[in-house]
Amino acid sequence: MNGRALQWTALGAVLLFLLGPFVIILAAGVSDGETLTFPPEGVSLRWAASVVAIAELRHAFAISFALAVLSTLGALLLGIPAAYALERLDPPGANIVRAVVTSPLVVPGIVVGLALLRYFVIPLGIGVRPALLASHIALLIPYAVRVVAASLRNLRVDIEDAAIMLGATPLQAFFQIVAPNIRNGVIASFILSFITSFNQVPVSLFLSGPGISTLPIEMLARIDFTYDPSIAALSAMLALLSIAIVFLAERLLGLSRYV
Amino acid sequence: MSDAFLRLHDVTLRYGRTIAVEKLNLAVSAGEFVALLGPSGCGKTTTMRAIAGLLKPSAGRIVIDGADVTRVAPNKRDVGLMFQSYALFPHLTVFENVAFGLRLRKLPDADIKTRAIQALASVGLAGTEEKLPKELSGGQQQRVALARAIVVRPRLLLLDEPLSNLDARLRLEMRSEITRLQRELNLPMIYVTHDQVEALALADRIIVMRAGRIEQDGTPEVIYAKPRNEFVARFVGFETILTAARLAAHARLPGPAYAFGWRPRHVVVGTGPYQGHVRGASYLGETVEYLIESEFGPIKAEVAADAPRHGPGQAVAFDLPFARAAPLAADLPA
Repeated sequence: MNGRALQWTALGAVLLFLLGPFVIILAAGVSDGETLTFPPEGVSLRWAASVVAIAELRHAFAISFALAVLSTLGALLLGIPAAYALERLDPPGANIVRAVVTSPLVVPGIVVGLALLRYFVIPLGIGVRPALLASHIALLIPYAVRVVAASLRNLRVDIEDAAIMLGATPLQAFFQIVAPNIRNGVIASFILSFITSFNQVPVSLFLSGPGISTLPIEMLARIDFTYDPSIAALSAMLALLSIAIVFLAERLLGLSRYV
Repeated sequence: MSDAFLRLHDVTLRYGRTIAVEKLNLAVSAGEFVALLGPSGCGKTTTMRAIAGLLKPSAGRIVIDGADVTRVAPNKRDVGLMFQSYALFPHLTVFENVAFGLRLRKLPDADIKTRAIQALASVGLAGTEEKLPKELSGGQQQRVALARAIVVRPRLLLLDEPLSNLDARLRLEMRSEITRLQRELNLPMIYVTHDQVEALALADRIIVMRAGRIEQDGTPEVIYAKPRNEFVARFVGFETILTAARLAAHARLPGPAYAFGWRPRHVVVGTGPYQGHVRGASYLGETVEYLIESEFGPIKAEVAADAPRHGPGQAVAFDLPFARAAPLAADLPA
């Protein structure tokens, strides 16, 4: 085998591992059969239609959606000022704060979930909804801080000083000059955070409660006792939704510049 | 100088343990154009940012128009600043860039429009109002920055190396533009630069700085012809500087001084009491520049190109005439 063929084989293997599962789920989801099989038995959208009709899944979707929106907003509200302070004010211990703020990216979700449940939710008697919201905000802050900090770094400090020398207060300079120039970074961060929260499993697994479950957790539970293609259909729908969002963001904003 | 418009009293700025500016005293009169000249790290930009209010002095007072502004926020000082990087707002059109300061002052829309358009016209940019900064050339961006700074009619304008990002031709053009505006507006200006030619061409007065202190303060003529010490002399082009102690062995000195300095074109080549060897000769068109190895060390000379030429390695006589020399004091310890 020559070097070129080896390269193509390697590339093919990588693509197979990356895209293979998605292709299988997509195919299984549009199957016309009664059980989850691959290759699919015929083609039909009836399982996709069936999951939409299931009340628990609709309820879980609503919770997941609301949780993703609210936790993303919360993370941005805390993360943008934090990113600004880290980039512009050079506070003492900035590197320690950066490391702490980034830690949810490196600590396994299982550990975060268990720790939050054992040492935060139970001792303080926090309800399921606020617990989910608080934990998701904590998980998303790294994205908000990192992405917004990256776009602040691309923006010269001089232009803020110029606004101030023309008579702007620091707040006016931020909202009129800085904000419009980091807008794309903020939108990119919103999309990343939204998808991360929506797909989150390990932390939500620990913090979900009776009747209040996020969509991925609800799906996980259903796989245990149903063997029809409905979950595959739902997974395919969610994956397509994520792809659409990321594709749109890339086309409109050049998302890949920030991550 | 009691009528000074801007005064710095013993202004000191420290970054941690480093002293960027030490006990600086400075006065600028109304309508005066002052250049702060010095190599990078001499404290000229720090001084300017302290006047702007973007840096807080560690000690000392800054007085503008009789009022102590040391603790006044930069946006309340009514001081204009033109940045080396232009610092235009990338998301706003040229018109909105210029109008920004006027909008903050809550002027009526009609006034904003008249003044912004007039300011753009005064820097030769009429018709570019709806463009974005990135659609303009560097020279044009520079003009927008100038229009934006003057349109709010600041009482003092600071310019931070405004020409350093431009090519030679644009630099000349902007130089005359800045001089013209300064005369027209009778606006006191402080111009920060490391380029002695710019400082000489533009300023009424030059302040040469080094290591956070003022080395010399004088008119361009004085700075150019009578530098006070070795540092200033080297900075304005005196390439041959010899201490009196060294010269005394060879010549009768005209008077007491720590050292004497000569510009390359003050050195006589071909005749004279001293002997040296040509180490390098560069033809510059009008003149030829020689590097002569001598008992005094290397001597740089520049003579008319139509004079007899000397090739590298040749022995050559030369003279350092005291009539053209600048007597210099010893440098302050850095």
